[in-house]
Amino acid sequence: MKVMGEKPKALTDAPFHYCPGCTHGIVHRLVAEVIDELGIEGKTVGVASVGCSVYSYNYFACDMVQAPHGRAPAVATGVKRARPDNVVFTYQGDGDLAAIGAGETVHAAARGENIVAIFINNAIYGMTGGQMAPTTLPGQVTQTTPYGRDVKVAGNPIRVCEMLSSLDGVALAQRVTVDCVKNVKAAKKAIKKAFEYQLAGKGYCIIEVVSTCPTNWGMAPTDALQWLRDNMLPYYPLGVYKDIGEAKE
Amino acid sequence: MGEKVLMKGNEAIAEAAIAAGCRHFFGYPITPQTEVAAYMSKRMPKIGGVYLQGESEVASINMVLGAAASGVRAMTSTSSPGISLMSEGISYIAGSDVPCLIVNVQRGGPGLGGIQPSQSDYNQATKASGHGDFHMIVFAPSTVQETVDLISDAFDLGDKYRVPTMVLSDGMLGQMMEPVVLPEPKDPNNDCKEWAACGHKDKRKHNVINSLNTDPPTLERLNFERFERYAKIIENEQRAEEYLCDDADIIIVAFGASSRVSRSAIDKARKEGIKVGMVRPITLWPFPEKFIKKYADSAKRFLTVEMNMGQMVNDVKLAIECKKPVSFYGRTGGMIPTTKEVYEQIVKLNGGEQ
Repeated sequence: MKVMGEKPKALTDAPFHYCPGCTHGIVHRLVAEVIDELGIEGKTVGVASVGCSVYSYNYFACDMVQAPHGRAPAVATGVKRARPDNVVFTYQGDGDLAAIGAGETVHAAARGENIVAIFINNAIYGMTGGQMAPTTLPGQVTQTTPYGRDVKVAGNPIRVCEMLSSLDGVALAQRVTVDCVKNVKAAKKAIKKAFEYQLAGKGYCIIEVVSTCPTNWGMAPTDALQWLRDNMLPYYPLGVYKDIGEAKE
Repeated sequence: MGEKVLMKGNEAIAEAAIAAGCRHFFGYPITPQTEVAAYMSKRMPKIGGVYLQGESEVASINMVLGAAASGVRAMTSTSSPGISLMSEGISYIAGSDVPCLIVNVQRGGPGLGGIQPSQSDYNQATKASGHGDFHMIVFAPSTVQETVDLISDAFDLGDKYRVPTMVLSDGMLGQMMEPVVLPEPKDPNNDCKEWAACGHKDKRKHNVINSLNTDPPTLERLNFERFERYAKIIENEQRAEEYLCDDADIIIVAFGASSRVSRSAIDKARKEGIKVGMVRPITLWPFPEKFIKKYADSAKRFLTVEMNMGQMVNDVKLAIECKKPVSFYGRTGGMIPTTKEVYEQIVKLNGGEQ
């Protein structure tokens, strides 16, 4: 019998704890497929952040370090500086990367740390039950913006790829999504490029994945995907914000 | 190496760490530890090591966590306010059972405080370096030579017990120059340790360096196991120097800079025929209660001399089970007690006053 598809080797057998319709599962799989295709599981070290994806250390079959909230870029810096031959990636949500860890993110990017950041932007804090994130849209209702995010009070969302693209240390800043097969394929291509850039020593790469949180958005998974298309993508346009290409070694 | 050289305390810390095989230093500028980082930034690039200035103490301690989690000897140094910022990281490091070295060249507090020497981080270092149930092994050197020797021991014991260790210096020891003999340099051993996250090379199941466990019975078990290690440390690693204690009526307990002043005061008092001695803790955690307890019956009273508001007094009372009175003399805010002041305290206590 011909095997048409199987679980990537870079994922363990642990069943995901993620909610139905959550896009973490898709992104985990894409990262694992890339690790398999590049044959780098044995030398990869992942850094799990705080939030729903903290348990990614149970799912990725490579060595893993769990970082304090927001500190994944600093922890990854430590691993990569100590072990430059290892491949090092962080897997962070929007609260972790763009709020509490904004300083660590900006400086790891500015230093051009040769690491990959997989950034899940679903505009909400998932694990703590749906509070406002740094990427929550203006007017968006969350547990802590019950009347909708009033930017005069709660401030404005951060467009991370745009912000980081001004930094010289960034090799690749690309925003993707995983709402349909076509975009899933494009997302995988971007993730693979980021890992290839690290192998070539090009510097900091961030792949922002515009994602959903059906549970905390209070929507069915398919409605959440449509909400993402109608609301998230206009505010967070997909695209390549920086790509140094083959220019720098 | 092996010859006697004159070195500033802070620079000796850095050179001793390099001699101990440390090739990974991460830190953020703060007075009065500045020379440690400056020295590392000069030396590390020449010997294939890593010196990296983090964007904050918060980032720096997490860089230490990452490097140490990958199995290399890693360290940071800072001064008092910096330790407060690192507390989160220290707790995660302890909870992840990752060995590393943290140097605190103490200055006056609280808050921004001052930049002159202090010992007011005693409680923080020994009891509350971050949230949760954990300890660090804390060393308190009193000379530049002892600082050098303890840096090496701190790395070795950290590796042995898989715990973070601290060398608690102060602005006086860090800034003073003394002759030192550096140890024979060890080659850095950067081989992957069996528990570390350095890539499984397709030879083993993945290692996870982690402090999270949301299952209470499991988290409790992990804490119990860690405390079994702590019990071994308490049993095996207490260190102190005893100075003229055998016949002493008065026993001073002092560590670090204030022990140097106390020693001079004791020498002066001894010339006057006053029977006074000193137990000088070299480890602050584990607290050297075995050494102090020995004199609970023979001595008439105890005196702690500290550069803080008496943070060690209760530990001495517990060590001697409150069998004798424990007095305190200290200066704080960057002030250093003088020999005369401590001598006067000794004379006062010898006359029966408390």
